[in-house]
Amino acid sequence: MTVELRELHRSFGGTVALDGLSLTIEQGELIAFLGPSGCGKTTALRCVAGFERPDTGAVFIDGADVTRVPANRRDAGMVFQSYSLFPNLNVRDNVAFGLRVRRRPASERHDRAAELLELVGLGGFGERYPHQLSGGQQQRVALARALALQPKVLLLDEPLSALDAKVRVNLREEIRRLQLELGITTIFVTHDQEEALSVADRVAVLKSGRLEQVAPPAEVYDRPATPFVAEFVGTMNHLPGRVSGETVEVFGQTLPLDGAAPGVEVDVLVRPEAVRVTPSADGRGFILASSFRGSIARLRVQLDGGGEVLADVPGHEAVRLAPGLKVDVTLVERPVLTAPRTAVAAPVEPVA
Amino acid sequence: MAGLTGSRRRGGGAGWLAAAPLLVVTLIAFGIPAVVLVVGAFSVKGGGFGFENLSATMREPYIGALWSSVKLSAVVAIGGAVLGAFLAQAVLTSRSGLLREAVLTASGVLANFGGVPLAFIWIATLGNSGVVTAALGLGSGVLYNFWGLALVYLYFSVPLMVLVIAPALDGLKPQWREAALNNGASTWQFWRHVGIPVLGPALLGGGVLLFGGAFAAYATAAAMVGASVPLVTLQIADALTGNVLIGYENIALALSLDMIVIALLVMAVYLPLQKRSSRWLA
Repeated sequence: MTVELRELHRSFGGTVALDGLSLTIEQGELIAFLGPSGCGKTTALRCVAGFERPDTGAVFIDGADVTRVPANRRDAGMVFQSYSLFPNLNVRDNVAFGLRVRRRPASERHDRAAELLELVGLGGFGERYPHQLSGGQQQRVALARALALQPKVLLLDEPLSALDAKVRVNLREEIRRLQLELGITTIFVTHDQEEALSVADRVAVLKSGRLEQVAPPAEVYDRPATPFVAEFVGTMNHLPGRVSGETVEVFGQTLPLDGAAPGVEVDVLVRPEAVRVTPSADGRGFILASSFRGSIARLRVQLDGGGEVLADVPGHEAVRLAPGLKVDVTLVERPVLTAPRTAVAAPVEPVA
Repeated sequence: MAGLTGSRRRGGGAGWLAAAPLLVVTLIAFGIPAVVLVVGAFSVKGGGFGFENLSATMREPYIGALWSSVKLSAVVAIGGAVLGAFLAQAVLTSRSGLLREAVLTASGVLANFGGVPLAFIWIATLGNSGVVTAALGLGSGVLYNFWGLALVYLYFSVPLMVLVIAPALDGLKPQWREAALNNGASTWQFWRHVGIPVLGPALLGGGVLLFGGAFAAYATAAAMVGASVPLVTLQIADALTGNVLIGYENIALALSLDMIVIALLVMAVYLPLQKRSSRWLA
C-alpha cells in the first residue's frame, strides 16, 4: 500500500508544524522521518494516523483520500513513543484489543495474539500485565498490537526513544526484520540519525515542517542536499574556504563545488572520514585528542591559525597518531558542499 | 553482615521513635474513644456485658434510621461520583487553564463547606420562604425531605469528588485513548474497555469518601430537617442528649458501632481495588 502526503500544512497557534509537506511512500517501504524537535515529523505521522487533521493538504492511503477519515477507521497500526499498553489488560488482551472491539470470537483473538507474540519473541508472556514487563518487552507487545489487525500501514512514533541503548539496537533490528517479513509499508519517526540510517530504505529529513531531502541513507549521508542535512546527519567539519568559479580553495587545495555556493568566503563542509592526517613537522596543526572507536579513531586536530578539525583514521593508526603530534591536514578530492562563513573552522557534532 | 543487621535494627528503632508522636495522637484521638465506644456498646443496664444495645439498634426506630442513612449516603455517593467525575473530566480536558484552576480552587472551598451555614444557605434559597422558592412559586416542603437533603449534601460532595478524581483523570494517558482509536475502538469502547476499568477503583474510592461524608454528616441535617428525615446521626444525638428518652446513651454507642461496621465493610471493598489502580496509574 502506498501512502501519499500531498501539500500538508498544519499550524498550532502561531507555530507552523507542517509547511507544504509532500511525499510518497512506496508499497513495502520503510521510510524514516528524521529531524530535530519541532520539525514536524510527529505531526506528519499523526496526520497519517488520523490524530491530526491538516489545515490544508491531503493524505492518501492506497490511493484513497483518508484526510477526513476518523482515526478508528483508518487501516494504520501505530506504536507510540511512550509505553501505551492498556494497564488493566494482560499482554494477550492488549494484543487482541482491536479484534475484541471488532467482536471477533475469543478463539480467533487468542490464536492471533499467540501468533503475534511468537512473532515478536514474547510467546508465553500472554498472561502477564504491562507493569510486569521491561520497556523493551512493552514495546514489542505494542508492536504486536499494532500488527494485530493486519494494517495497510505501520506507524512508529519514536518507539525506541525510551529504551536503553542495547535494547534499542536489538529492537530496531527486530522491527526491520518484521517489516521485511511482512512487507508492510512503514513510517518510522525518529530524531536519532543512527537509527534512521540503519533501518530505513529511505530517510526523509525535515526542518521547520518542510522536506529538506528524501533519499536512501547512503545518499543522505554522502550527498546531503542542503547544508542543514549535512550538519544534521553525521558529524561535519566547517572549514574556511574561498570560492572561485566552480571550485573552492581550502587548506591550499582546490576542490570542485557540489551545488551553488552562498558567497565567496564560505565554510566548506567536510566529513571527518574525508580528512587525511599525516605526521609532519611543519604541518598546519597538532593532534589535540584521540578517541579510539574500534575500527576507527577520531582525532581532534588543533589548527595553527585557530579552529579545530575532526578526522577519522583507521583504528590501528591511533598509536602512531598520538595527541601532541604535529600533523598536516588534507582533504579527499571530491565535490564539497558549502555554507555561509562562520568565524573559525569547527566541527559540528550530530544532534542525536 | 551482623553489623548491617544491627544497623538496620537501630534504623528501625529510630523510625518508630520518629513516628511516636503520631502514634500517641492516634491513640488519644482514635484509640481511646474507640475503646470507650465498644465497651459502652456492649455494656447493659444493671452492669455487665451483652448484646442488648446492638439488638436494640436492629429494631425500629433505629434500623429505619440506619437504613435511611445508608440510602441517603448511597444516593449522594453515586450521584456525587458521577457528576463530579463528569465535571472533572470536562474541566481537565478543556483548553482553558484558567477554567481548570478556577474550578479546582472553587472545589477546594466548596468541598469544605458544610454544617449549619450550608443548611441556612439552602433554607434561604429553597426553603419554604426561600428566594428561589418564592420566585418560582414552588410551594413549601421542597427542601425538607430525603431528596432535598440529598441535594444539599451533593453541594459539597460533587466538589469533593472533583478534587479526588482529578489526579486519577490526569493519570489517564492520552496515548491509551489514541492507541484504542488506532485499534478501531470508538470513544465509548475506549471508556468501556480501558478508561472506566482503569479509573474504576479511583471512582469507587471517591464514592466511598462521599458515602462516608454523607453517612457521618450531622449538623446540616439537624439544622434542615430535624426529625422529619430519620438518620442515624440524628438518632445518636437524640439518644446521647436525652432529647426524647433518657438512659439511652449506650444505644447511641451501639449505633456508632453499627456505623463503624458499615464503614469498614465499604472500605473492605475499596482498598484492594485501590491498590490495583495505583499500580496502573503510577
